Amino acid sequence: MRLSSLTDGIFKNNAIFKQMLGMCPTLAVTTSASNGVAMGLATTAVLMGSNFAVSLFSGFIPKNARIPCYIVIIACFVTVVDLYMNAYFHALHKALGLFIPLIVVNCIVLGRAEAFASRSPVADSVLDGLGTGIGFTIALTALAVCRELVGAGTVFGYAVAPSFYVPVILAVLPPGAFVFLGFMMAFTRFMSSKIKGGGH
Amino acid sequence: MSGLMLLFVGAALVNNVVLSRFLGICPFMGVSKSSETALGMSAAVAFVMMISSVVTWIIEYAVLRPWELGYLQTVVFVLVIAALVQLVEMVMEKTTPELHASLGIFLPLITTNCAILGVALINVQSDYSFIEMIVFSLGTAAGFGLALVLFSGLRERISFSSVPEIFRDAPIAFITAGILALAFMGFSGLVR
Repeated sequence: MRLSSLTDGIFKNNAIFKQMLGMCPTLAVTTSASNGVAMGLATTAVLMGSNFAVSLFSGFIPKNARIPCYIVIIACFVTVVDLYMNAYFHALHKALGLFIPLIVVNCIVLGRAEAFASRSPVADSVLDGLGTGIGFTIALTALAVCRELVGAGTVFGYAVAPSFYVPVILAVLPPGAFVFLGFMMAFTRFMSSKIKGGGH
Repeated sequence: MSGLMLLFVGAALVNNVVLSRFLGICPFMGVSKSSETALGMSAAVAFVMMISSVVTWIIEYAVLRPWELGYLQTVVFVLVIAALVQLVEMVMEKTTPELHASLGIFLPLITTNCAILGVALINVQSDYSFIEMIVFSLGTAAGFGLALVLFSGLRERISFSSVPEIFRDAPIAFITAGILALAFMGFSGLVR
């Protein structure tokens, strides 16, 4: 078990900013910070479950039919999360809507199953799922906080902007999603080039 | 009839599948670097989307609902779509090799295109009738094609301009998509 399986997914191979995977939920649910966190945690749960199962059964899964097997495993965990959220977090489940069942086609989940869990021990795979999930959650939350702050003047529903601030509603509308993600990607690139430049 | 027309326009322009519903972003970003591949991808998506919508709709109403198996929806739909994509590819390879040569490379990518599963789920969650389902899927496929082809045209132009280093490729593409989405918001008055 290596700690790097956990941390790689959070920073070095961040799913959104570095690998550009899982863009649909990223853009769709980040209208408010709480939605972003909820989507991130739901995906993390699926990632840990599917990585665990794929790694556990990797010896039995025939190589030629592995992708359908992975998809079934992932779909099972997505259904579990879907039903669980519907039962205990009904309002959030309604807000995230279609994007809970769509975790099943999130390239991050299948990508980790294929690239990592199928050839790693169980403990590493669970850690990798946790790390990738945390990285995804951090990115979603960061984007959602920015959009909610600019678009509504609130963070997690609490008013933080001064009373004279006029919310720019465009930030929480669809075009805002694309523009904010574009700028955040540019920002992370700028920061990582700074950090690399400092290292030399 | 006018209801169906509104459904089509709503799906194609007002609630555009990519720019307003955020489904199918991966192919939207991945294959939009040239107009030719964008056209091929749109055609492949439209083809698979129609077939998978019809099949998943029939399964929902013929199997899942009568037997109260709604909790298996996600598993069944994603498997059906994965199997269909394989089947379409094999049939295409045998019967129309020239079509397969132009669309073939896009087909495997479609399994993980969330627009296909998304539309299948919207169809049954909105309780569309069979005709409405066909019209909605057609409209969505048309909207996907329109957005993808327009966007690829924009990206072809951007590739000739000097973009600041940190904005190259993905960031500027997302900002461009934002402006395109802004343009599509102009349609929002068309349908309530």
